[in-house]
Amino acid sequence: MSNALITVPKTAKRGEIIEIRTLVSHNMETGYRRTERGVPIPRDIVRSFSCTYNGVEIFSAELYPAISANPFLSFSTVATESGTLGFHWKGDNGFAVSSSAQITVT
Amino acid sequence: MTRKRNRREFLAAAAGLAAVAGLPATARGQATANLLRGTEKDMLAAIARYTGAKAVTKGRVKLEVPPLVDNGNTVAIAVTVESPMTEADHVRSIQIFSERNPEPVILGFKLGPRAGRAHVATRVRLADTQTLVAVAEMSDGTYWSGSAPTVVTIASCLEDL
Repeated sequence: MSNALITVPKTAKRGEIIEIRTLVSHNMETGYRRTERGVPIPRDIVRSFSCTYNGVEIFSAELYPAISANPFLSFSTVATESGTLGFHWKGDNGFAVSSSAQITVT
Repeated sequence: MTRKRNRREFLAAAAGLAAVAGLPATARGQATANLLRGTEKDMLAAIARYTGAKAVTKGRVKLEVPPLVDNGNTVAIAVTVESPMTEADHVRSIQIFSERNPEPVILGFKLGPRAGRAHVATRVRLADTQTLVAVAEMSDGTYWSGSAPTVVTIASCLEDL
Protein backbone atom coordinates (compact mmCIF):
# COMPACT_ATOMS: atom_id res chain seq x y z
CA MET A 1 0.00 0.00 0.00
CA SER A 2 2.71 2.42 0.92
CA ASN A 3 5.49 3.16 -1.45
CA ALA A 4 8.71 5.00 -0.89
CA LEU A 5 10.66 6.71 -3.65
CA ILE A 6 14.31 7.44 -3.00
CA THR A 7 16.93 9.14 -5.11
CA VAL A 8 20.52 8.55 -4.05
CA PRO A 9 23.56 8.56 -6.36
CA LYS A 10 24.81 4.99 -6.94
CA THR A 11 28.44 6.00 -6.69
CA ALA A 12 30.24 8.92 -5.11
CA LYS A 13 33.77 10.07 -4.40
CA ARG A 14 34.89 9.92 -0.78
CA GLY A 15 34.15 13.24 0.93
CA GLU A 16 31.68 14.34 -1.73
CA ILE A 17 28.42 15.90 -0.56
CA ILE A 18 25.54 13.93 -2.01
CA GLU A 19 21.91 14.96 -2.23
CA ILE A 20 19.26 12.53 -1.04
CA ARG A 21 15.63 12.97 -2.04
CA THR A 22 12.84 10.93 -0.50
CA LEU A 23 9.12 10.67 -0.97
CA VAL A 24 6.63 8.37 0.69
CA SER A 25 3.06 7.91 -0.44
CA HIS A 26 0.68 9.02 2.30
CA ASN A 27 -2.28 11.38 2.10
CA MET A 28 -1.35 13.29 5.30
CA GLU A 29 -4.89 13.90 6.55
CA THR A 30 -4.56 17.07 8.63
CA GLY A 31 -7.39 16.54 11.11
CA TYR A 32 -8.72 19.99 10.21
CA ARG A 33 -10.91 18.93 7.33
CA ARG A 34 -14.55 17.95 7.50
CA THR A 35 -16.85 15.85 5.38
CA GLU A 36 -19.82 17.40 3.58
CA ARG A 37 -21.89 16.69 6.67
CA GLY A 38 -19.48 18.59 8.90
CA VAL A 39 -18.01 15.55 10.59
CA PRO A 40 -14.32 16.14 11.35
CA ILE A 41 -11.96 13.74 9.58
CA PRO A 42 -9.48 12.41 12.16
CA ARG A 43 -5.80 13.22 11.77
CA ASP A 44 -3.67 10.61 10.03
CA ILE A 45 -0.17 11.82 9.22
CA VAL A 46 3.42 10.67 9.03
CA ARG A 47 5.01 11.88 12.27
CA SER A 48 8.68 11.25 11.81
CA PHE A 49 11.38 10.42 9.33
CA SER A 50 14.93 9.30 9.87
CA CYS A 51 17.84 8.41 7.65
CA THR A 52 20.69 6.14 8.71
CA TYR A 53 24.07 5.66 7.04
CA ASN A 54 25.46 2.21 7.84
CA GLY A 55 23.29 2.15 10.95
CA VAL A 56 24.18 5.63 12.23
CA GLU A 57 21.44 8.25 12.14
CA ILE A 58 22.53 11.21 10.01
CA PHE A 59 19.27 13.08 9.54
CA SER A 60 15.80 13.12 11.02
CA ALA A 61 12.67 15.16 10.65
CA GLU A 62 9.53 15.72 12.67
CA LEU A 63 6.49 16.13 10.46
CA TYR A 64 3.33 18.11 11.21
CA PRO A 65 -0.04 18.36 9.43
CA ALA A 66 1.33 21.30 7.40
CA ILE A 67 3.39 18.90 5.31
CA SER A 68 1.83 18.20 1.92
CA ALA A 69 0.42 14.83 0.94
CA ASN A 70 3.13 12.37 -0.10
CA PRO A 71 5.82 13.97 2.09
CA PHE A 72 8.90 14.96 0.13
CA LEU A 73 12.20 15.63 1.88
CA SER A 74 15.51 16.56 0.36
CA PHE A 75 18.74 16.75 2.35
CA SER A 76 22.43 15.99 1.98
CA THR A 77 25.19 13.95 3.50
CA VAL A 78 28.92 13.44 3.07
CA ALA A 79 29.78 10.18 1.30
CA THR A 80 32.12 8.59 3.84
CA GLU A 81 32.09 4.89 3.01
CA SER A 82 30.33 2.33 0.84
CA GLY A 83 27.27 0.85 2.42
CA THR A 84 23.58 1.12 3.02
CA LEU A 85 21.38 4.14 3.58
CA GLY A 86 18.26 3.32 5.56
CA PHE A 87 15.05 5.36 5.45
CA HIS A 88 12.32 5.05 8.05
CA TRP A 89 8.94 6.74 8.24
CA LYS A 90 6.58 6.42 11.20
CA GLY A 91 3.10 7.83 11.60
CA ASP A 92 -0.37 7.74 13.08
CA ASN A 93 -2.38 4.51 13.13
CA GLY A 94 0.74 2.38 13.14
CA PHE A 95 2.08 3.66 9.83
CA ALA A 96 5.64 2.44 9.34
CA VAL A 97 7.64 2.21 6.13
CA SER A 98 11.29 1.37 5.73
CA SER A 99 13.42 1.40 2.66
CA SER A 100 17.10 1.33 1.82
CA ALA A 101 19.56 2.25 -0.88
CA GLN A 102 23.11 1.14 -1.63
CA ILE A 103 25.98 3.50 -2.29
CA THR A 104 29.48 2.74 -3.51
CA VAL A 105 32.12 5.22 -2.38
CA THR A 106 35.40 5.31 -4.26
CA MET B 1 -14.08 41.39 10.17
CA THR B 2 -14.32 43.91 7.40
CA ARG B 3 -13.47 41.52 4.55
CA LYS B 4 -16.47 39.98 2.83
CA ARG B 5 -16.65 36.23 3.20
CA ASN B 6 -16.47 34.30 -0.02
CA ARG B 7 -18.64 31.29 -0.72
CA ARG B 8 -16.07 28.69 0.29
CA GLU B 9 -15.32 30.30 3.63
CA PHE B 10 -19.01 30.69 4.27
CA LEU B 11 -19.65 27.02 3.56
CA ALA B 12 -16.71 25.93 5.68
CA ALA B 13 -17.96 28.06 8.56
CA ALA B 14 -21.54 26.83 8.10
CA ALA B 15 -20.44 23.19 8.08
CA GLY B 16 -18.42 23.88 11.20
CA LEU B 17 -21.36 25.45 13.00
CA ALA B 18 -23.62 22.57 12.03
CA ALA B 19 -21.10 20.18 13.54
CA VAL B 20 -20.66 22.29 16.67
CA ALA B 21 -24.37 22.25 17.33
CA GLY B 22 -24.43 18.47 17.61
CA LEU B 23 -21.35 18.04 19.81
CA PRO B 24 -20.94 17.92 23.60
CA ALA B 25 -19.52 21.03 25.26
CA THR B 26 -15.90 19.83 25.52
CA ALA B 27 -15.66 18.87 21.88
CA ARG B 28 -17.38 22.09 20.90
CA GLY B 29 -14.45 24.25 21.99
CA GLN B 30 -12.06 22.16 19.95
CA ALA B 31 -14.23 22.20 16.85
CA THR B 32 -14.43 25.99 16.98
CA ALA B 33 -10.69 26.28 17.48
CA ASN B 34 -10.13 24.11 14.41
CA LEU B 35 -11.80 26.70 12.25
CA LEU B 36 -9.49 29.45 13.38
CA ARG B 37 -6.32 30.56 11.71
CA GLY B 38 -3.15 30.96 13.72
CA THR B 39 -1.79 34.34 14.70
CA GLU B 40 1.66 35.89 14.89
CA LYS B 41 1.42 35.49 18.68
CA ASP B 42 0.98 31.71 18.34
CA MET B 43 4.01 31.59 16.10
CA LEU B 44 6.19 33.62 18.48
CA ALA B 45 5.09 31.36 21.34
CA ALA B 46 6.04 28.29 19.30
CA ILE B 47 9.44 29.79 18.46
CA ALA B 48 10.01 30.53 22.16
CA ARG B 49 9.16 26.89 23.00
CA TYR B 50 11.70 25.71 20.44
CA THR B 51 14.52 28.01 21.54
CA GLY B 52 13.75 27.82 25.26
CA ALA B 53 13.08 31.59 25.12
CA LYS B 54 16.68 32.32 24.08
CA ALA B 55 17.44 35.28 21.83
CA VAL B 56 17.10 34.65 18.10
CA THR B 57 19.33 36.68 15.78
CA LYS B 58 18.22 37.50 12.25
CA GLY B 59 20.57 36.24 9.58
CA ARG B 60 22.53 33.19 8.39
CA VAL B 61 19.27 31.41 7.54
CA LYS B 62 17.84 31.69 4.04
CA LEU B 63 14.27 30.51 3.57
CA GLU B 64 13.10 30.12 -0.01
CA VAL B 65 9.34 30.27 -0.55
CA PRO B 66 7.65 31.18 -3.85
CA PRO B 67 6.43 34.81 -3.55
CA LEU B 68 3.10 33.90 -5.16
CA VAL B 69 1.44 30.56 -4.50
CA ASP B 70 -1.48 29.38 -6.66
CA ASN B 71 -2.28 26.30 -4.63
CA GLY B 72 -1.59 26.29 -0.89
CA ASN B 73 -1.76 22.49 -0.76
CA THR B 74 1.70 21.97 -2.21
CA VAL B 75 4.29 24.68 -1.79
CA ALA B 76 7.94 23.84 -2.39
CA ILE B 77 10.16 25.45 0.23
CA ALA B 78 13.86 25.22 0.97
CA VAL B 79 16.07 26.31 3.87
CA THR B 80 19.78 26.99 3.63
CA VAL B 81 21.87 27.89 6.66
CA GLU B 82 25.30 29.49 6.37
CA SER B 83 27.50 27.11 8.32
CA PRO B 84 30.76 25.28 7.67
CA MET B 85 29.09 22.08 9.01
CA THR B 86 32.21 20.89 10.80
CA GLU B 87 32.35 18.96 14.08
CA ALA B 88 33.12 22.24 15.88
CA ASP B 89 30.61 24.47 14.11
CA HIS B 90 27.45 23.03 12.60
CA VAL B 91 23.69 23.31 12.53
CA ARG B 92 22.04 21.07 15.10
CA SER B 93 18.43 21.56 14.13
CA ILE B 94 16.06 23.68 12.09
CA GLN B 95 12.37 24.39 12.62
CA ILE B 96 10.01 26.12 10.25
CA PHE B 97 7.12 28.17 11.57
CA SER B 98 3.93 29.56 10.09
CA GLU B 99 2.01 32.63 11.15
CA ARG B 100 -1.43 31.72 9.83
CA ASN B 101 -1.68 27.91 9.64
CA PRO B 102 -3.83 26.24 12.32
CA GLU B 103 -0.62 24.87 13.87
CA PRO B 104 2.38 27.19 14.12
CA VAL B 105 5.02 24.49 13.64
CA ILE B 106 5.38 23.22 10.09
CA LEU B 107 8.41 20.99 10.31
CA GLY B 108 11.48 20.19 12.38
CA PHE B 109 14.83 18.84 11.17
CA LYS B 110 17.79 17.41 13.06
CA LEU B 111 21.09 17.39 11.27
CA GLY B 112 24.77 17.42 12.08
CA PRO B 113 28.28 17.68 10.68
CA ARG B 114 27.71 14.61 8.50
CA ALA B 115 25.20 16.55 6.43
CA GLY B 116 28.06 18.35 4.68
CA ARG B 117 25.91 21.38 3.99
CA ALA B 118 22.85 22.72 5.75
CA HIS B 119 20.30 22.67 2.98
CA VAL B 120 16.90 20.99 3.20
CA ALA B 121 13.82 21.13 1.00
CA THR B 122 10.24 19.92 1.33
CA ARG B 123 6.67 20.67 0.30
CA VAL B 124 4.19 22.24 2.69
CA ARG B 125 0.60 23.38 3.01
CA LEU B 126 -0.19 27.04 3.59
CA ALA B 127 -3.54 28.19 4.94
CA ASP B 128 -3.23 31.84 4.05
CA THR B 129 -1.08 34.71 2.81
CA GLN B 130 1.61 34.97 5.45
CA THR B 131 5.26 35.16 6.43
CA LEU B 132 7.12 31.95 7.15
CA VAL B 133 10.02 31.85 9.58
CA ALA B 134 12.86 29.34 9.78
CA VAL B 135 14.94 29.14 12.96
CA ALA B 136 18.23 27.24 13.13
CA GLU B 137 19.99 26.02 16.27
CA MET B 138 23.78 26.06 15.96
CA SER B 139 26.21 23.78 17.75
CA ASP B 140 27.33 26.72 19.93
CA GLY B 141 23.77 27.05 21.26
CA THR B 142 22.84 30.23 19.38
CA TYR B 143 19.67 30.61 17.34
CA TRP B 144 19.43 32.31 13.95
CA SER B 145 16.40 33.03 11.83
CA GLY B 146 15.29 33.91 8.33
CA SER B 147 11.86 34.68 6.99
CA ALA B 148 10.01 34.88 3.71
CA PRO B 149 6.65 36.41 2.81
CA THR B 150 4.26 34.68 0.45
CA VAL B 151 0.88 35.39 -1.11
CA VAL B 152 -1.47 32.39 -1.25
CA THR B 153 -4.45 32.49 -3.62
CA ILE B 154 -6.01 29.08 -2.88
CA ALA B 155 -5.65 28.17 0.77
CA SER B 156 -5.09 24.71 2.15
CA CYS B 157 -6.54 23.06 5.28
CA LEU B 158 -10.14 24.23 5.40
CA GLU B 159 -11.48 22.69 2.25
CA ASP B 160 -14.26 20.17 2.57
CA LEU B 161 -14.23 16.86 0.82
